[in-house]
Amino acid sequence: MTGLLAFKTAMIKHGAIIAIIALCLLLSVPVLTVFSSVGASSGGVWAHLADTLLWDYIGQSLMLMTGVGLLVLVLGVAPAWLVTMNSFPGSRLLEWALVLPLAMPAYIIAYTYTGMLDVTGPVQGFIRDTFDLRFGDYWFPQIRSLGGAITMLSLVLYPYVYLLSRMAFLEQSVCVLEVSRTLGAGPWRAFSRVAVPLARPAIIAGLALVLMETLADYGTVQYFGVSTFTTGIFRTWFGMGSSIAAAQLSAVLMLFILVLVLTEHWSRSRARYHHTSSKYSRLPQIRLVGVRKWLALVFCAMPVVLGFLVPFLQLAYWAWDTRHLVDFSAFSELLFNSLRLALTAALIALVLGMFISYAKRLQPNLTMRSSVRVLSLGYAIPGTVIAVGVLIPFAWMDNSIDAWMQQRFGVSTGLIFSGTLVAVVFAYIVRFLPVALNTVDAGLSKIRPSMDDAGRSMGMGSWQILRRIHIPMLRGSLLTASLLVFVDVLKELPATLILRPFNFNTLAIRTYELANQERLTEAAASALMIVLAGIIPVIIISLSISASRPGHDART
Amino acid sequence: MLFGQFKKVCVSSVATLSVLAAGMLSAAEVNVYSARQENLIKPILDRFSEQTGITVNLITGGADELITRMELEGANSPADLLLTVDVGRLHRAEEMGLLQPIESDVLTSQIPEQYRDADNHWFAVSLRSRVIVYDKERVDPAELSTYEDLADPKWAGKICIRSSSNIYNQSLTASMVSHHGEEATEEWARGLVANMARNPQGGDRDQIAAVAVGQCELAVVNTYYLAGMLNATSEDQVEQAQAVAVFWPNQDGRGAHINVSGAGVSEHAPNREEAIQLLEYMVSDEAQTWYAEANNEYPVRTDVPVSDTLASWGEFKADPLALDELGIHNAEAVRVMDRAGWR
Repeated sequence: MTGLLAFKTAMIKHGAIIAIIALCLLLSVPVLTVFSSVGASSGGVWAHLADTLLWDYIGQSLMLMTGVGLLVLVLGVAPAWLVTMNSFPGSRLLEWALVLPLAMPAYIIAYTYTGMLDVTGPVQGFIRDTFDLRFGDYWFPQIRSLGGAITMLSLVLYPYVYLLSRMAFLEQSVCVLEVSRTLGAGPWRAFSRVAVPLARPAIIAGLALVLMETLADYGTVQYFGVSTFTTGIFRTWFGMGSSIAAAQLSAVLMLFILVLVLTEHWSRSRARYHHTSSKYSRLPQIRLVGVRKWLALVFCAMPVVLGFLVPFLQLAYWAWDTRHLVDFSAFSELLFNSLRLALTAALIALVLGMFISYAKRLQPNLTMRSSVRVLSLGYAIPGTVIAVGVLIPFAWMDNSIDAWMQQRFGVSTGLIFSGTLVAVVFAYIVRFLPVALNTVDAGLSKIRPSMDDAGRSMGMGSWQILRRIHIPMLRGSLLTASLLVFVDVLKELPATLILRPFNFNTLAIRTYELANQERLTEAAASALMIVLAGIIPVIIISLSISASRPGHDART
Repeated sequence: MLFGQFKKVCVSSVATLSVLAAGMLSAAEVNVYSARQENLIKPILDRFSEQTGITVNLITGGADELITRMELEGANSPADLLLTVDVGRLHRAEEMGLLQPIESDVLTSQIPEQYRDADNHWFAVSLRSRVIVYDKERVDPAELSTYEDLADPKWAGKICIRSSSNIYNQSLTASMVSHHGEEATEEWARGLVANMARNPQGGDRDQIAAVAVGQCELAVVNTYYLAGMLNATSEDQVEQAQAVAVFWPNQDGRGAHINVSGAGVSEHAPNREEAIQLLEYMVSDEAQTWYAEANNEYPVRTDVPVSDTLASWGEFKADPLALDELGIHNAEAVRVMDRAGWR
C-alpha cells in the first residue's frame, strides 16, 4: 500500500518534472529553430563579413554592452541604496518615480532626444540664433553616436537594475547590516562590502536583463547609425537576402549570452545568497543632512528627469502641436488591443515563470537547468528573429495538419494558428518569459531551503509549500515579474508587426508607422499613450515593493 | 465499433465546418500584405470596398518580413496581394516563386512597359526618384552633374547621405553596379564615403535638414521626402526644405535613378480575381491621383497629372534601366558598400 503510494507520488513528481521540461522545450522551439541554421551553408556571406564588417559589429556591440552595463549599475544600484536606507527631500517620491523610465520605449526616447538635440533641433538652433553662429563654429555632443546610444538605452533600462537591487536591499535583514556596523564598518563599507555582495544575484539578474535587451535592440542603434551585431543580422538578411547567415549571426549572439551567463554563474562558484537571519525590523533610515541630502536628491532625481520627465514633456508638446492631424477615434481600439495582449502575456508569463523556477528549485538537475537556460536566451534575440522562429514551427504544424486532413477527409483546414493572436502571444512568452523567470528566480533564491524543510516537517506537500510559504514571501517578486512583462509587451513592436492577424493594430505599431515615415511629431500622440498605459503598472510595481518587505505591515 | 462511430462524428463535423466555412467565405474579400504603411494605403482600400463591396483585409509590415511570412505560410497563405515600396523586394518575391503572372489588358495598357515585370509578375503603381538636393546659397548647380560626380574630391566633407542599410541606397548602388560593374562601383562608393560630411545616420528628412543648417552642402534623397517637408505643418520643416533645391542627376546621360512602389498577386492567392480587381483599381484615375499624392509620389500612369509641388520641379529624364536589375544586383551592392566602408 505504502509502496503504491510512493510509486504514485513518484509518478506525479516525475510527471510534473517531465511536463515542465516538455514545456521548456516547447518554448525553446523558436530559439532552437534559429540554432538549427548553424550547420547550413551561407554561400560565402561569412567570408565576406569577416573581411569587412564582422569585427566592427563585434567591437561596437561590446562597447555598447560595456557602456550600458556600467551606466545602469551607477544609475540603478546607487539610487536604490540611497532611497532605501536614507531619507532626504523627495526620497519618498523618488522611490517610485525612479521606475518610470521603464514605461518609455527605447526607440521613442531615442527619437525624442534626437528631435531636441540634433544639429537640426531647437536646442542647437537656439545656440546658433542667439550667438549668431553657423554649424561647425561651436562644439556640441553628437546625439546620434555610440555614446548617444549608450545613454539612451541606459536611461530606459536602468530601472531593471534599480527594481531588482532595491527589492534585494529591502529584503535584507537589518541585523546583518547592524553586525557589519558593530564590526566597525561605516555606511559606505556596509553598502559596498555587505549589502551589494548580498544583493549580487538580484543585481546580476537585473544587469543580465539589461544586457540582453541591449543586444536585442535594433530600433535605436539603427537610427543612430551604430553598427552592432543586430544591424549585421538585418543587413545580411534583408540586404543580401541570406536568411541563413542572418540566423547564424543570431545563433552567435545567443552563444555569446550563454557564455556570459555561465561565466557569471561559475564566478559565483558555490556561494549561496540565502538570508541567514530571519530577524527583520523596520529599516533604520538615516536622515541625510547638509550638502549630502542635496547631492542625494540630485543624484536620484537625475535618472528620472532625463529618462522620463524630459522626453515625456517633449512628447506631450509634440502631441499637442499635431493634435489636429491625429486620428484619435482609433485610439480606444489601439489601446484596448495593446492592453489585452499585455495582460494575457503577463498572466501566462507569471504562471509559467513561477512553475518553472519552482521546478528548478525542487529538481536542480542538469536537464532542468539546461532547458531553463536555453529558454532564457529568448530575451537577447531581436524580436523579428524570434518572430521568424515562431512562424516556422507554427506554419509547419498548420500545413502538416492541413495536408493530413486533405488526405484523410479531403477537407482543407488552412492555417489554424499562424496569423492569429495565439502566435503573437506565444512569441511574447518566448521573448519575455526570461524577464519573469529571472525576477521570480532572484526572489526564490533568497528563501532558504530550510524553510521548505520546515514546511515539509509539518507535513506540507510541495504544492502547499509553494502556496503557503513561497507565494506569500514572493508576493513582491511575482507582481514585479508580471508587470515587467506587461510593460515590455506594451512596448514590443517587431514580433507583433509580423505575426499579427489581418486588420489588427496596436499603439506601438501606430507609433512606429508614423515614425518610420519620418513624421516624428505626429507619432508623439500614440507614443505618449504607450507611456501613459505603462505608467500605472509601473507605479503599482513600485508601491508593492515598498509594501513587500518581510516584517513590514503594509497598513502601518 | 467505437472507433467507427468516432470517425463518423469526425467526418460529419468536418463536413459541417466546411459548409460553415464556405458560407463565411461567400462574402467576397481580398487579403493584402502591404509594406506601404496603413495611413498611406487604407483610405484607397476603403474606397475600393465601397465601390465593389469586396472586403479588404490588411496587414502592414516590412517587405522582407512579409515575404518571409508568405514563404513560410506556403500554399495555405491567405495573402492575395503583396504590396511593396521598392522594386528589389518585388523581384525577390518573384524569384522565390511567391508571385504569379497576371494577364490583364487594363494593367498592360495603363502601365508603361518599363514599370512592369516582363512576365507580368508585378506592376508598379507609383514612382519616385533619388535625387541630389543642394544648399541654394552655397552651391552653384552648375557644379553638379551626375551621381558619379559625387565621388569627386571637390565635394570632400560636403555630402550627407543615410546608411547603406537603407533600401533606397542599396537600389541606387545596384543601379550603379548594373551600369558600371562591381569594381567601378566600389571605387565610386569609396569616393562617396570619403566625401561624407558625417557618419551616415537618420532618415532622408534628416539629411535635408542637415543641409539646411549647414552641416553639409549636398544630400541624396528620395523626392517624396522633400515634397513631404515642403507640405509639412511644421514651419521648421518647411523652412528647412525651402533652403534646398532639387538637382536632377545624369540628365545628359542615362537619366535620374527611379524606384517604384508596386504590387503582385500571390502564387497561392485564394482570392485571385478580387486581387486582380484591386490591382486594376489601383491604376484607375481616382486611385492614381490619391495614391501618388498621399505620399508625394509620381503616378505610374503618364496621363495622370502630378501634384503642384512635384510639377514645380519640372520634367526630368528617367533612367530607362530595367527595374529587375535593381533586385538582381542588390546583394552585390550591399557587399560593395560594406567593402567601401559605407556604414
